[in-house]
Amino acid sequence: MNLLHDALIITKRQLLQLSRVPEVLIFSTIQPVMFVLLFRYVFGGSIATGQPGGYVQLLMPGIFVQTVAFTLAATASGLAEDMTKGLIDRFRSLPIARSALVIGRTLGDSTLNIVVLFVMGLAGFIVGWRPTSGIFKISLAFLFLLAFGYALSWVGIYAGLSARDARVVQNMSFLITFPLTFLSNAFAPTTGMPHFLQYFAEWNPVSTMVAACRTLFGLQNHFGVTAGSFPSQHPLIMSLIYMVLIMAIFIPLSVRKYNNSAKK
Amino acid sequence: MKAILADNLIKTYRNGEVRALNDLSLDVEEGTVLSVLGPNGAGKTTVVRILATLLIPDSGSASVGGIDVIKHPDKVREIIGLSGQYAAVDETLTGWDNLVMFGRLYHLGKNAAVKRAEELLERFSLTDSARRPIKTYSGGMRRRLDLAASLIVQPKVLFLDEPTTGLDPRGRQEMWGVIEELVTGGVTLLLTTQYLDEADQLADDIVVIDHGKVIARGTSDALKRQVGGERLEVVVEQSHVANTMEIVARVSGVSAILDEGLRLVSAPVITGASALIEVLRLLDGAGIHPLDIALKRPSLDDVFMSLTGHAAEDEVVAEKTKKARGRK
Repeated sequence: MNLLHDALIITKRQLLQLSRVPEVLIFSTIQPVMFVLLFRYVFGGSIATGQPGGYVQLLMPGIFVQTVAFTLAATASGLAEDMTKGLIDRFRSLPIARSALVIGRTLGDSTLNIVVLFVMGLAGFIVGWRPTSGIFKISLAFLFLLAFGYALSWVGIYAGLSARDARVVQNMSFLITFPLTFLSNAFAPTTGMPHFLQYFAEWNPVSTMVAACRTLFGLQNHFGVTAGSFPSQHPLIMSLIYMVLIMAIFIPLSVRKYNNSAKK
Repeated sequence: MKAILADNLIKTYRNGEVRALNDLSLDVEEGTVLSVLGPNGAGKTTVVRILATLLIPDSGSASVGGIDVIKHPDKVREIIGLSGQYAAVDETLTGWDNLVMFGRLYHLGKNAAVKRAEELLERFSLTDSARRPIKTYSGGMRRRLDLAASLIVQPKVLFLDEPTTGLDPRGRQEMWGVIEELVTGGVTLLLTTQYLDEADQLADDIVVIDHGKVIARGTSDALKRQVGGERLEVVVEQSHVANTMEIVARVSGVSAILDEGLRLVSAPVITGASALIEVLRLLDGAGIHPLDIALKRPSLDDVFMSLTGHAAEDEVVAEKTKKARGRK
């Protein structure tokens, strides 16, 4: 009970930070909205989809997944900053559960994701995105996105605890998330990629997440993923497996890293 | 009762290559102030981090308020306050936000946390800036807020790690005032510093450490006596050197030393300012007008010189190059 109480206070701290520096929230929303406009109007016209409703139907799930994946960088750099500025020492000298700090941060980033996803959904709607599967499945898709973002924020926690400088870790996270989101079915069909990349793109968790969201938003087309492989057949299950895997690996790793920092 | 007890602490880094603490022991009587004095890299911060449960020693034991810091860190955290070298507060938040947040993390209720935050802001003269982000604070204000954050639940034992390093003289003076007030309130305080005058001003007892080891312990007076107290230095015209040597020696009680190039006559004195006045009076009587006269207080360097035979400054440089190399 205390753990949750303490974690929520850390979460509240993060939200307070956002209210004190609203630019952070504004820019973390503008960037994905820019991606929406860019792909919808610049590339969208040249990508033949055969999708009723056009490219934007396939694009939006891709952008949603990309956005929650990019939050990882914010988690990591925020934590790295606390580490380097000595703030973490203060937290660790308080009579609170040690994991409260990291749990609080992952919850804070999820809250940020809710806001950003909401704004992007709105932007998508304005440029013609119309999910057809009904309110239940649409909500389920967003829950799925939040869960994926939450799982990834533990990767961010680990990166943040390992890094020595907030800027380095921000660039590092970008180096990981950028190729992951583009070597996928998020923006273009994987069938146009060279063979070895196709293989990677199909098993890429970003692809399975995008495919799962497309299904939940009522689309049949998983954007060129060749039928037959397990992830393209069962994107929902595969995505769930990935989330569990990511958390099973990175939660214990992060907790260990955090506790070990007491020995140095 | 001993409020702080450290026994034979050893802490090494990089597989024993660097010995941060080399069999260090110290103790602090309840309600008193101990200053840990030493140059950069002597192990001051390492001691504080171990006592504040942030670091586990390789061997040795330590207790705070009678509680073992290694076995029951959670219990220790309930009775200590820590304020480090860096102002460990959230810079994007306001002073008020920070104190309320820390209050809540100490499990004060919402109203109690707000009330305590406001009390502390008032006490540390930060009420006017309470609603401004810490980023806009001066160095002295940040340190005061950091100190306030460590006092939320009135700790029994307080650790201040170099509380005035990097502050301007005014900020330093203000910080000293605040710390002195705390001490009157009866808290047990362990304070690390690089400045002898700071230890002198604030502490009952001083422990001098070097290379992770205690090399001297005593009251500030005792240490100064060991160092030789203050030195009186007079610069005069060449023609007056001989007379001045004699006058200075008479006041000092031991023979004066002459730096011929600078025409600087100096000798140790124990009576401080009154020795200075006495010398001035005698010089005046002899019709000598000094070009310069000063009372030099012993610095950390002097303490180190007399205790270890090497200057503290060398150590700082050595440590910095070591760190710089470590980063590569």
